[in-house]
Formats: sequence, structure tokens, C-alpha cells
Amino acid sequence: MSALLEVANLSKRFGGLEALSGVSIAIDYGQIYGLIGPNGAGKTTFFNLLTGFYRADSGEFRLAGARLDVKAPYRVAAAGIARTFQNVRLFDNMTALENVMVGRHVRTSSGILGAIFRTRGARAEERAIHEHAHALLEYVGLGARQHELAHNLPYGDQRRLEIARALATGPKLLALDEPAAGMNATETATLRRLLERIRADGTAVLLIEHDVKLVMGLCDRVAVLDYGKKIAEGAPAEVRRSAAVIEAYLGGALA
Amino acid sequence: MSDDYAKLKNHPAMLGAGLVLLAAALVALPFALATVGTAWVRITNLAILFALLALGLNIVVGFAGLLDLGYIAFYGIGAYIYALLASPQFNLHLPFWAILPLGALVACVFGVLLGAPTLKLRGDYLAIVTLGFGEIVRIFFNNLSRPINITNGPQGISRIDPFRIGDFDFSRSETLLGLDVSGPIKYYYLLLVILMLVIAVNLRLQDSRIGRAWQAIREDEVAAGAMGINTTRIKLLAFAMGASFGGLAGGMFAAIQGFISPESFVLVESIMVLSMVVLGGMGNIWGVILGALLLSFVPELLRYTVEPLQRSLFGKLIVEPEVIRMLLFGLALMLMMLFRPAGLWPSKVRKRELE
Repeated sequence: MSALLEVANLSKRFGGLEALSGVSIAIDYGQIYGLIGPNGAGKTTFFNLLTGFYRADSGEFRLAGARLDVKAPYRVAAAGIARTFQNVRLFDNMTALENVMVGRHVRTSSGILGAIFRTRGARAEERAIHEHAHALLEYVGLGARQHELAHNLPYGDQRRLEIARALATGPKLLALDEPAAGMNATETATLRRLLERIRADGTAVLLIEHDVKLVMGLCDRVAVLDYGKKIAEGAPAEVRRSAAVIEAYLGGALA
Repeated sequence: MSDDYAKLKNHPAMLGAGLVLLAAALVALPFALATVGTAWVRITNLAILFALLALGLNIVVGFAGLLDLGYIAFYGIGAYIYALLASPQFNLHLPFWAILPLGALVACVFGVLLGAPTLKLRGDYLAIVTLGFGEIVRIFFNNLSRPINITNGPQGISRIDPFRIGDFDFSRSETLLGLDVSGPIKYYYLLLVILMLVIAVNLRLQDSRIGRAWQAIREDEVAAGAMGINTTRIKLLAFAMGASFGGLAGGMFAAIQGFISPESFVLVESIMVLSMVVLGGMGNIWGVILGALLLSFVPELLRYTVEPLQRSLFGKLIVEPEVIRMLLFGLALMLMMLFRPAGLWPSKVRKRELE
């Protein structure tokens, strides 16, 4: 069986800087896949290429066996990859529930006419959106705060709300850009349980993260980027012993 | 006692009674105004037309957050479509129920034409391009009299057909049920019905999948795209919807006035409609209507009070009403920015934003 996401030979230059060169990875169904590396290694570039925010110079993406069109972010979301942002980007002046309801946009179809005439189909869809969004808020533990404005929520809750909004798009792969950044220990523990539950429920996760403890404890497989190249890949325990990784993180003297 | 009052206020029967009273007042209004002068019925009709325009612009500016300074162009396009197809200009006299929607449709197409190349622009840049668009359209109206006379240039088009259903002519005065019903009174009822329909459409749009997508784009376009919203399409939809309402209002304007010229579609009119949206409360349908009514009626009230007041006080006219009008308008906008930056009747979202 082929992998859920296959990325082959991905390269991207910014002027004279080779941000990514020839990176290939494969993520299996039901996996939490960690992508780590020192600052500036190209993790976020990879992420932005995958989700249609940047255009790759070369490389190919396949999702669930089909070619993935990464020409625009909305197409990537429609194909089944949902992302969160390194700096939380919620719809601040909308309630938690409304934020998640927006996430359902891509899986629903009512248009202008449905809205104006409140057709039976549009009403049923609207009800379904509402129920689905509410269920997702319960799932991430924000059910009680559904009517609060996104920007009034505490930081950890905002992070989880962003995940709920991404899950609302019905993704095959959930791509998280440093979800634990700025979280305290309790919030990180909650996040970890949430990610384990998402994996158990069948959604694969791509995780970019600086919190090495979280990555090593949670991921099924880890790839390490340094200066735009993949220097190691494997189970967390293997990667931790890799000489190249130790050198990248701690400098050549220790290798 | 205040508790009892609150209970009473929120009682469904009270709400029903309030609505009945409001409906009765709206039905009786033109006859009451007609006793003061038919001019006041005409002023009310224009105010309703501006409310329609403000509601259309509110979709673009208030819902989707796209600043449009050339909105009056769509009003002009709707008006000219109606005027060209129902006047002696080309000796065409098509029925209003056919050309009113056509005007809205053509305006809608122009909305998309304006929207498509400007989608990457935001804020000030979008404002400048839309402003240019509005001027281009007006200059076309002004100059399309040569080599082939289409718009009749600055002289404009006159003797435009009124609305007619069979023998029922909206511009003619007649006695119905023992009441003197003048042309403007007939138009008033028609406009009122259309206004209510447009309000209903706006309320439903706001509270829908598309309305949420507009709001999401206004909040964070990047995140909206990542959530699978085709931002290009949804923004074009906002331009198209807003322009359609503008075109519809324009067609009715042409029929009611019987005469149009490029002078009705100048930049100041775009700014006036935008001021109605901003003053009333961007994004809130009721606030926008309030803004349109205020900015339509207050200048007229001044016109009828400032001059007589000065004559009775000083025996002569010292300051022109027009000067006072602009002075008060500027003052009102300044006071508003200081004390009610989100508008007189802001939407909940805008209020939150500014808090």
C-alpha cells in the first residue's frame, strides 16, 4: 500500500538561498510524523510549499495516491490537508463556534441562492454545519466556550481552537506548525493527549515542532532538516542517535 | 417597576404590537407627508433609494471588508440601462419588469469586471482603483454622445418611462378609495416593498455560509484561504452582489426621476453612500439604513429651516443652506469619529473590534 502523503525531490530557492533542496518524505496513514531541525532549516518553507502558500521550484506531491494540486491554499484544503499557523491566526472577532463553522465551508456547497431563499437543502446543511462544529469544539475540549470570541480565549485554548477549525475541513492529514510554541507544561500535556486522540481516530498528523521532548514522545516517525536538506529519518530513537543530527544540533565538536 | 417594564418590553405580544404600529406608520407616512408637501414624499423616496444603495455597498465594505470608492458607478449603469431601453432616446419602451433586472445584471457584470483585476489589492490601493473606475464610468456617460449618440452626453436622457403595469401608471395622480394618490406616493409603496425585500436578502446573506466566508476574509484572508475558502471567488461574489443592488436602485432612480444625466453619478455621491454606511455602522444592516435616512433627511430639513430662520431673525439670508449643510456634515463626521467610531448603530463585530 502506498503512503498517505508522498513528497518527492522538493526544492525551493529564495534568491541565492537554497531553502530546500531535494527533500523527499513519505507519511503513512494514521501516523504522527515529526519534522524537526534547527532554526532556518527549512521546516516552515516545506510547510508553506505543501499547503500552497509558496510555489515550489521543483518537486511533486501525491496525496492518497493522487497528484496533489498545490497551486492555491484553498485547493490543498479541499484535497484534504488542513494546516494551523505558527502564530495563531484565528478569525478574532468571530466566536469559537463561528470559527469552526468557517472550517466547514470547503465541505459544504450552499451558495447565494440557497442563502436568499433558505431552501430546504441550505437549511439542512446549515444545521449540519452547526452540529458538526459544536461536536468538534467538544472534541478539543472547548464545548463550554463556544460563544466566546476567539481573541478572548486563553492562548492554549486558541491553539486548540485552531486545531478544531482545521479538523472541520475534514482533512486526511492535519499539518501543525509548532502547535506547542509558547505553551506551558499543562497546556502541552493537553495538546499531546489531543494529538494522540486525533491519531487514534484515523487522521494522520504532520508536526513541525521545537519541543523535542514532545516530538520524541509522540511521533511515529521523524525527519530532520538542516540547511534545506534531509539529514536523517526514522523512528525517534534512531534519529536521536544519528551522528548527523547531533552535529546539526550541537555543533561539529561533539560528533 | 423597571423589571415590569423589561418584562413587558420583551413580551412577544409587545413585539407584535410594535411591528403592527410600525407598519401602520409606514403605510400612513406618505399621506401625512403629502399634507406638508409632495416634495417631502419625493425626498422620502430618494432616501429609500439611498438606503438601497447603502445596503448594497455594505455587502462590499461592511461584510467583506473591501473599500469601494466608485460604488455610484453601478447606480449609474443601472440608471442608464433603464433610461436607454425605456425612453425616446432610441424609441425603445420596454416594460420595467424586464429592464430593471437587466440593469441589475449588467451592473453585476461590471462589478465582476471591476473586481477581477483588483482582487490582489487591499485597503488604500483598492480604494484608489475603485475611485478611478467610478470616474471612468461617469466620463463614458458624459462622452458617449459621439460619434454615435448613445448617452446624449451631458444633456442626459429625459422623458424616461415611468413604471407601468397595464393601465396602472406609477407617475399619474389618481383617486383610489377616496384618497388622492399622487405618483410619488405610489412609488413610495413600491420602494418600501423593495427595501423590505432587500433587507431580508441582506439579513439572510449575512447569516449564511457565504456571509461567514465574507466575514472570515475580512478577519484574515490568509487563514480563510487555508481553510479552503476560494477567496478570489468569494470576494468577486461580494462585488457582484453589491453591484446588483446598485444597478437595481439605479433603474428605479431613472424611472422615478424621469431624467438622468452624468451629474447624478459623480464621486461625491459615492462618498455620500460610503458616509451613510460608515456613519450608520458598517456591517450592521439597521445601522446602515439609519445612516442613509439621516444623511438624506437632515440636509433637506436644513434647506427648509435655515433660510426662513435667517430671514425671520435678520431679515436677510446671511449663510447659504448649502454651506451650513457641508459644515454640519463635517462636524457630524468628526464628532462621530471621536465618540462613536464604530457608527451610530454599530454591528456587534465592529464594536468588539474597537473595544
